[in-house]
Amino acid sequence: MSSPLVAPPIAKAKAMYCPNCGGPVELRGFGHALTVVCPQCLTLLDASSPLLKILQEAQEAQSRRTPLIPLGTRGKWTATTWEVIGFETRAVEEDGITYEWEEYLLFNPYKGFRYLTNYQGHWNFVTPVESLPERRAVGSRPAVFFEGNLYRHFSGAQAVTSFVLGEFPWRVKVGEEVVADDFVHPPLVLSSETTTDEVTWSKGEYTSGADIWKAFALPGSAPRPQGVYLNQPSPYAGKVGGTWGVFALMLIALLVMAMMFGALSRGDTVFDEHYHYSASDRGEPSFVTKVFDIEGRTSNLELTINTNLINNWAYFNLALINETTGDAFDFGREVSYYTGSDSDGAWSEGSDKSDAVIPHVPPGRYYLRVEPEMEGSQTPPEKPATAPGTAPKPRSSGFPSTARVPIGKSVYYEIVLRHDVATYGWFWLAALLLLIPPIFTTIRAVTFETRRWSTSDYPPTSGGG
Amino acid sequence: MSQPLANCPGCGAPVQFRWSSAVQTVCPFCHSILVRSDLDLKKVGTVADLPPDPSPIQLLTSGTYNNKKFDVIGRIIYEYEQGGWNEWHIVFSDGVSGWLSDAQLQYAVSFLVPGMALPPEEQVTRGKHFNFSNIDFEVSTMTIAAYKGVEGELPFPFYGKTNMLFADLRTNGNNFATLDYSDKAAPMLFIGKAVPFEGLQLQNVRQFEEWS
Repeated sequence: MSSPLVAPPIAKAKAMYCPNCGGPVELRGFGHALTVVCPQCLTLLDASSPLLKILQEAQEAQSRRTPLIPLGTRGKWTATTWEVIGFETRAVEEDGITYEWEEYLLFNPYKGFRYLTNYQGHWNFVTPVESLPERRAVGSRPAVFFEGNLYRHFSGAQAVTSFVLGEFPWRVKVGEEVVADDFVHPPLVLSSETTTDEVTWSKGEYTSGADIWKAFALPGSAPRPQGVYLNQPSPYAGKVGGTWGVFALMLIALLVMAMMFGALSRGDTVFDEHYHYSASDRGEPSFVTKVFDIEGRTSNLELTINTNLINNWAYFNLALINETTGDAFDFGREVSYYTGSDSDGAWSEGSDKSDAVIPHVPPGRYYLRVEPEMEGSQTPPEKPATAPGTAPKPRSSGFPSTARVPIGKSVYYEIVLRHDVATYGWFWLAALLLLIPPIFTTIRAVTFETRRWSTSDYPPTSGGG
Repeated sequence: MSQPLANCPGCGAPVQFRWSSAVQTVCPFCHSILVRSDLDLKKVGTVADLPPDPSPIQLLTSGTYNNKKFDVIGRIIYEYEQGGWNEWHIVFSDGVSGWLSDAQLQYAVSFLVPGMALPPEEQVTRGKHFNFSNIDFEVSTMTIAAYKGVEGELPFPFYGKTNMLFADLRTNGNNFATLDYSDKAAPMLFIGKAVPFEGLQLQNVRQFEEWS
């Protein structure tokens, strides 16, 4: 083409001199900068004026902060090269305590500006947002909706620029104040800065210091983050649902197992007899039952005693005896049942039945030896140590006075034996054990969120109020 | 694309139009601002040397928007208190003309929407909502800008303007609009979308030293 419509010359970084101290001032932003700070004397200069007019007098030497990422450092972030061209610290004051954070201005001559923010080792990669996030509310708290996510308001405060270094594409002033609000949806944060003229939004994504150190090839290692940051992703966030999911699956597996055991168990009734006992009877109270057969596999044997006891107790010494081998399994069962009513209403204690499970009973011919015992029993002279001691103490109110009558207590009772019965104790124990991981994870997740929100404008109220 | 040819009334050099509907161009040799009426070219002023400018876009940069190719054929440079921005005049392969704005490297493509009743500038203040083309817009920024320079071909005569009021309108998505009150009697509405740099797939961009 003959036209001298040639491309503008290749843009170059510019070196100028500070009108205050005469020291060199480098401009890395190819004319985007409006403000540049002299690195020697910390004077704020108007980068858009040809000779760098002084905008604001030099910052106090003692206010000087050293950026962790030196100006001019380049790094690669999501496949784009960025150069650190500006650095500022900003601070908010709350209850007399100053909280200060760092902001690094990143530049790419094609893609524009991004930021890195750092507060006590917590980093965010920040992108300016050109849209206006939609304001909403969660209960009484403000929130914003943006790109399909709900961000909950975390805190709002007056933020003051406390130190600046390098160059900025806008007019910077030390001491300048904006109202800064943060809305969180970990690991994202939407921040708004409100001045009298405008509201600007930006979106930050929580980033590990180690990733920043790697991207910008910084020496040493990133400082360890302190505490929990407002948009720090919870290490438990995705896991709580998962652990409960695993719990649900395991519970289903347990139920299936329990059902299978239930289906496999024969549960045959091998013995069912009715008896009567009276404490005033003379003679030996113990007796042996008829012989009965246990068939099938070696399995448990469930014994149930049903009685007609009311406001009374009975004790049964029992032995399961194998007729062939003479092997005996001795055990005892107490049945006690009290009921009545008092000023609190109706009450009851105990039950008129009791059961016991004898494990691993092989098939064979068996009989029971039974020795009932009640208040006023004549024999044996010495009662089993457990019997009276474990009987509930009669309550003073509503207890029939006849309870004191030593003679004449009697009971009708039935003994039922079932072989190969499905039992579910193990099921409940396993279910309880399975509950431990999800409960543990849930507690840790809640603790993490409590720590996060404790620094917000909405601190969770602790149990003590 | 037709390329009518004429001679610059300022220096006599041949002036080429890349876009048949262009109304104004700048003579690349003597920097005369030339306005076209029928086949005549009238010199209405001269552009001072353009200030150094950091936009990566330049005349003859090409790109893609909505799967349609465009070429950059002109621009208006504005400046205001907080810096400046470029409105690059782009023409698509089907002859449609639009604007690619570069404000501190935030890019947006927009088109003039003619024939709409627009609010007078006194009614436009920050925070106000307006509905255009069934989109709810909120006025986000009011800017008073001045013309700083022109380059290349434009769809209307444009030069020497100061104190122009612009209202930027945004949405909760990437739609945006500009109300242009540079001619108070005939405000203009531009509606478009914010586009990331990668999305424009620009070719023939400017080079920056030590950046590739």
